[in-house]
Amino acid sequence: MKNTKQNTDFETRSLDTICVNESQLEHKWYHNIKYLIVGLLFGIVFIKAEIISWYRIQEMFRFQSFHMYGVIGSAVIVGIISVFLIKKFNIKTIYGEKIEFHNKTFNKGQVIGGLIFGLGWAITGACPGPIFAQIGTGVTVMIVTLFFAIVGTWVYGFFRDKLPH
Amino acid sequence: MEIIEFIKQPWPWYIAGPLVGLTVPTLLILGNKNFGISANLRHACAACLPANISFFKYDWKKEIWNLFFILGILIGGIVAFQFLENPNPIIINENLKAELAQYGITAIDGMLPSEIFSWDSLFTLKGFLLIVVGGFMIGFGSRYAGGCTSGHAISGLSNLQLPSLIATCCFFIGGLIMANYILPLILSL
Repeated sequence: MKNTKQNTDFETRSLDTICVNESQLEHKWYHNIKYLIVGLLFGIVFIKAEIISWYRIQEMFRFQSFHMYGVIGSAVIVGIISVFLIKKFNIKTIYGEKIEFHNKTFNKGQVIGGLIFGLGWAITGACPGPIFAQIGTGVTVMIVTLFFAIVGTWVYGFFRDKLPH
Repeated sequence: MEIIEFIKQPWPWYIAGPLVGLTVPTLLILGNKNFGISANLRHACAACLPANISFFKYDWKKEIWNLFFILGILIGGIVAFQFLENPNPIIINENLKAELAQYGITAIDGMLPSEIFSWDSLFTLKGFLLIVVGGFMIGFGSRYAGGCTSGHAISGLSNLQLPSLIATCCFFIGGLIMANYILPLILSL
């Protein structure tokens, strides 16, 4: 599939692996409730560990606290061990499907986009997940931040073929 | 009730981090889903205003599980805030407290400083930069990078992907520059 060297292929998979899910199964909508429950528990962790706190993000970027490094570091270690075990024991989904992993390919977007994302992360103290939890805690003005994050995504999509990748 | 009191305390990193990490295998085992939240912003574009842009022309309904996931995060935020809120004010680093005081931010409470993240401040230059421009950079940057902290820093690193490590390093470099060199200028406005 790697026959196009230039970025003229705007095929979803190559630059944006995380956007398309692997499952070939079709389910009734209520099967999605389980993801809502995982999200709910995840949101509670966000709040209780103050991961969504603007102050904790500022401390992190000023090297004033170990907290966020501990959270992200231990999350990655648990994630690495989990993925290793899934691959090693060929663990299947609860529906019996094989769990698929895809390698990401490098492109300049990870550097340029990554830097821009980092700037936004430190300003708002939020990445896309925490924005939802912040709104949940009653900081309703973050709905505006969410809206403009969607606008930013759209603008990227609009100018995508003109941007360096 | 002691358990509830215990839960209401801020949770340490060694509890929260592993729970965040377990989200990766949980979503994979529940249905081959990759943990990546910023994808939802793209789904929102695909659902609301695809505008014949090829990047937004795909079957977003297949990704609806992820919208349930973020709805869960929103509800989780409400639940934690309403029923499990830490009764004590957040404790922050003294140096940060002193720095924020220079910019007139003295009410250290909640998750975001209410003096700058509010509907009133939205219509000031400072508030506009923080709330609107900040949001734009999150959405534009995460999609350009092909993922955010969840997709790259957690999912991607869990699968030992070098591009995700590069992206994560760039997230941090961007954050360091903003927090230490640009944000002080914005907050001084």
